[in-house]
Amino acid sequence: MSDLDGAPRSPGSATEMFRVFTWLALQGFGGVLAVAQRELVERQRWMTRAQFVETLSIGQVLPGPNIVNMALMIGDRFFGWRGAVASVAGLLLVPTTIVLVLAALYGQLSAVPIVAGALRGMGAVAAGLVMATGLKVVPTLRQNPQGLPVCTLWLVLTTLAVGVWRWPMVWVVLGLGALSMAFAWWRLRR
Amino acid sequence: MTLQGLLWGPDILSATDLLQVFVHFMLLSLLAIGGAITTAPDMQRYIVGEHRWLTDAQFTASVALAQAAPGPNVMFVAVIGWNIGGLVGVAATLAGSLLPSTTLALSATRWGAARRESIGVRAFTAGMAPLTIGLLLATGWVLTEPARHMPAAIALVALTVAVMLRTKASPLWLIAAGAVVGGLGWV
Repeated sequence: MSDLDGAPRSPGSATEMFRVFTWLALQGFGGVLAVAQRELVERQRWMTRAQFVETLSIGQVLPGPNIVNMALMIGDRFFGWRGAVASVAGLLLVPTTIVLVLAALYGQLSAVPIVAGALRGMGAVAAGLVMATGLKVVPTLRQNPQGLPVCTLWLVLTTLAVGVWRWPMVWVVLGLGALSMAFAWWRLRR
Repeated sequence: MTLQGLLWGPDILSATDLLQVFVHFMLLSLLAIGGAITTAPDMQRYIVGEHRWLTDAQFTASVALAQAAPGPNVMFVAVIGWNIGGLVGVAATLAGSLLPSTTLALSATRWGAARRESIGVRAFTAGMAPLTIGLLLATGWVLTEPARHMPAAIALVALTVAVMLRTKASPLWLIAAGAVVGGLGWV
C-alpha cells in the first residue's frame, strides 16, 4: 500500500526523519499538508508525487489526523516503528510546546489589532497553500486506471459536495468512494 | 503562573473527570475520518455543552489559536486540554486523540503493504486518489471563507497559488508576507 520503492532517495536515519518532520511542522501554518508535499516530494525526494497522493489517500481514510497518519506510514516504511515514532514525534513535539506557550499568552495577545490583522493575512495564504497542493497533484491522475475523465468527475463532485454544499464528509467519502472504488475495480479486472 | 496552575489548570479536574476526557477523546479518535478537525463539533458538545469546562468563546478561541500557530491542525486538541486542565489536561486530550488512531493506522498500513498487489488494495488506492485531491481543494475553498468579501485577500490567495505552482519558494515566505500584509491592515 504505502510502498515507497522507487522513491528518488531515502532518509539516512530515524534522527534525520525527526529533524525533517520537525522543520516541516514548523513551516505549517493552518495545516501542514502543503508544506509536506514541498518538503517530502520536492526537497527531500523521499517519495514521488503519485506516492504522496497514495499515502495521503490512505491517511485520509483512516481515522486520526491525516498528516500524523502519513508521518507514521512514511517513518514505518523506512525504519519500522523507530521511524514511525521519530516522524510523529518530530511533527508534534516542538509545535505542541509553541502552541502551549501561545495559549498561555493568549489573553494579552488577542487584543492587539496588528496581531489580529496578521492572523487574517496568514489565513488567506494558508487557503492558497492548500489549494495549490491539490492542484499540483492533479496530473498524477493520468496514471490512474480509471482514466482522467472519470477521475475528474469524482474530483469535482467531491470538491463541490464537501466544500460548497457542505455535506458531511463521512457520507461523501463512503458514497462517492464506494462508486469510485467499484469503477476502479471493474477497470482493473478487465 | 503557579506550578499547580501549570500542571492542572485553573480549576482542578478530578482524576475521574480526566479519565472521562481521555476515554471520550479516544472514542473520537476512531471516528476522526478526514482529520482531527472533523471531531471539533462533538468536542464542543462534550466540553462546553455537557460539562461546562469551557465557554463557547473559549472553545472557539482555542481552535483559532491552534490554526494560527505552526504545526498540524490536531494541535487544537492540545490547546483545549491546556484550557481545561493544564499540562495534565494536554496529556489526556492529546494521548486520547492519537493513541487509537495511530495504532490502527500502523497495523492497517502494514496489512495493506503486504497485499499491495491484490486487486482490492489497488482498487482502493485508485478509487480514493481523486477524492483525496477533491478534499484538498474543498479544504482550500472553505479556508477562503473569511477572505471572500475582500478583493485584496482574494488577490493574496491567488498570488499564493501562483507562486506555489510556478516556483520552488518555501511556503514560509508566503506566510510571512501574509502576516506583514495583514498586520499593516491591507487585507
